[in-house]
Amino acid sequence: MLSIEHYLFLGLALFIIGVIGVVTRRNVIVVLMSIELILNAVNINLVAFSRLYGDVAGQVFALFIIADAAAEAAVGLGIIIAFFRNRETVLADEMDLLKW
Amino acid sequence: MQAVIQATLDFLKAYWAPLLCGLVIVAVLPLIAGYIVLVERKLMADMQARLGPMRVGPHGLLQPIADAVKLLIKEDIIPEDADKLVFWLAPVLSVGAALLSLAGLAIGPAFQVAKGINIGILFVVGVSAMGIYGIVLGGWASNSHYSLMGALRSSAQLVSYETAAGMALVSGLLFAGTLNVTSIVEAQRDQGIWFGLLAPVAFFTYLVASIAETNRAPFDLPEAESELVAGYMTEYSGFRWALYFLGEYTNMIVVASVATTLFLGGWLRPFPNTHWLNFLDFFPALMMFLIGVYCVMRAPKQPAKVQTLFMLAVAGLCFVLAFILVAPLLIPIAKPSLAAAVKPFADGILGSFWFLLKVSVYLYFFMWLRFTIPRYRFDQLMRLGWHFLIPLSIINVLVMGIAMIVGSYLHLAGGWLLLVTIPASVLALIVALYILSLEQKSAATEQARAASDSYAG
Amino acid sequence: MLDSVIFYFFAGLAVISAILTVTRRNAVHSAIFLITALLATAGIFLQLRAEFLFIVQIILYVGGIMVLFVFVIMLVNLDLAVRQMQFARQKWVALLISLALAAQVGVMLWSTGKLPGQGLPVSQAISADKLPMNSEAVAHSLFSSYLLPFEIASVLLLVAMIGAVVMAKKRT
Repeated sequence: MLSIEHYLFLGLALFIIGVIGVVTRRNVIVVLMSIELILNAVNINLVAFSRLYGDVAGQVFALFIIADAAAEAAVGLGIIIAFFRNRETVLADEMDLLKW
Repeated sequence: MQAVIQATLDFLKAYWAPLLCGLVIVAVLPLIAGYIVLVERKLMADMQARLGPMRVGPHGLLQPIADAVKLLIKEDIIPEDADKLVFWLAPVLSVGAALLSLAGLAIGPAFQVAKGINIGILFVVGVSAMGIYGIVLGGWASNSHYSLMGALRSSAQLVSYETAAGMALVSGLLFAGTLNVTSIVEAQRDQGIWFGLLAPVAFFTYLVASIAETNRAPFDLPEAESELVAGYMTEYSGFRWALYFLGEYTNMIVVASVATTLFLGGWLRPFPNTHWLNFLDFFPALMMFLIGVYCVMRAPKQPAKVQTLFMLAVAGLCFVLAFILVAPLLIPIAKPSLAAAVKPFADGILGSFWFLLKVSVYLYFFMWLRFTIPRYRFDQLMRLGWHFLIPLSIINVLVMGIAMIVGSYLHLAGGWLLLVTIPASVLALIVALYILSLEQKSAATEQARAASDSYAG
Repeated sequence: MLDSVIFYFFAGLAVISAILTVTRRNAVHSAIFLITALLATAGIFLQLRAEFLFIVQIILYVGGIMVLFVFVIMLVNLDLAVRQMQFARQKWVALLISLALAAQVGVMLWSTGKLPGQGLPVSQAISADKLPMNSEAVAHSLFSSYLLPFEIASVLLLVAMIGAVVMAKKRT
């Protein structure tokens, strides 16, 4: 019998893997992909609780998060393309235009 | 262990019908796709005043099998430095997405793999959209710049026309009120009119967008490039190329099935509610019988004895099909006691036939267009998608919604809704053409300005 | 029984794909594994009987956002030179802090005293065959209680679309 803890642990695992990806990788595109993993972990939690209490509001919230993730990915990738055109790099270490 | 076996048996006992349908689809579809290629070649030949494949089997009927054998025994070439995993994965993704989307379709009232799924049509559209990865990853894995550019162009085309196709489906779904495939067809039966007649602009938009979605002419520049220069399929040979083509023809069947379900009445015969037209129920059997008679008449004129026997076998198959199609209709007349038991079979078999007939008409129209209209250039293609079809489909959703509200206010139903939807469709078309003319005017002035600049410089 | 099998299959697939996403050297491989992770998440949604969200995840996330990612990866990584170091210099410290965060949340979940399987069963409120039709329920909720966030989300998407086009345009 599946209980709510199953889904909470799964969400936790995906969240932590996403966080590790965000703080560890140099390639900015992989960082953005790890952010998508974090958002998915949150979605799993929301939908699991929505099923637990029989309230569809959790799924509606998850729907808004997906729409939001689409907007954020589009703008983020636009920034990366604009930066790449100037500096020819996508590595986070080398994006140091504001440093002395 | 015992519990696992018991659970498996329970699962099989509960879901044996959808599993059987899925097995039939996966087993039969490659053969059907091969024969659709043969039909296309014969049609192309007919429209070009020649005969097409005639050698392999009588009238070329064994050509697809010969082609399949040839592709299977060809050498498998992988480019140097190509990413082997992704190179293997790309055609599999293309075919897998197309086959999986077939699971959501109902070919008759009883033949559906994902039975009663709540999100019916949306499932088919969404899963078939995953075929884009087959193209993009295939072009990238070929390790060649031209392949990559061809793949990016092709997938840009697919993504552009997906929005227009989706919005066109929404216009049709406004009348259905549900996403469930069975309920959509039953709504068309209850309202007594096909939604393609109620929403003609939506049907036209979906027709054009589905041609672009499957990379068919006149929108096949990414593919024609692979005949002329390069494209995402260039480095694929033998069976991998066959998988790509299987995916493409399966995609054609999928979009034809979606259009049939939503716009052409699904598995209903024409005029399903008028009882004095019930003799139309005999039309499928009559059609198969006439085809069988034609084969019998052509059999003696074959040049070789083997071909005569083959033609007679095909004729026999047609007669058997005709018998299967007419039996559920004659049994209630002969033995009224069995009428109730036979009715599901009658509905199922006849419904499947009408559905496949409508899908074939839609595919015939695809092939007819391929051999008639010249190819669109890529920027013309993008302009048609973004500047004409997407505004048209969005405005169509708006005016169809208003038309429905007006119709329910005036208590119109079924065929009477045409009184409001036809003016609404004409209005949508006028507005969209006006937007297109505005864009053409601005593009023309931009070009004139750029030309004069280069002369000045 | 079937529910558990489906859950463990998709959960395992999601975790393995996520780990492979953040550790691959080649960005396209990372993207492919993220696609697999998103499909596994969609499978979890389907297992939780959230059918509309399942198909929205596939259409928007897998069919839209990830296509965008793959396009951008192919546009900026054309030289395919992946001999560079993939992990930042602070990777061990970062890993330690992430694991501390995981331990924190794990302790919180553990403190409920219930192992997975002993807590509240997920289908306690409504059993699976008495659920209302999912698309209709979501649509009803979206257009009545949550109409304002829906309209704001559409404005947000319009703004994001304009922003992305402006930023990625070539300066002529």
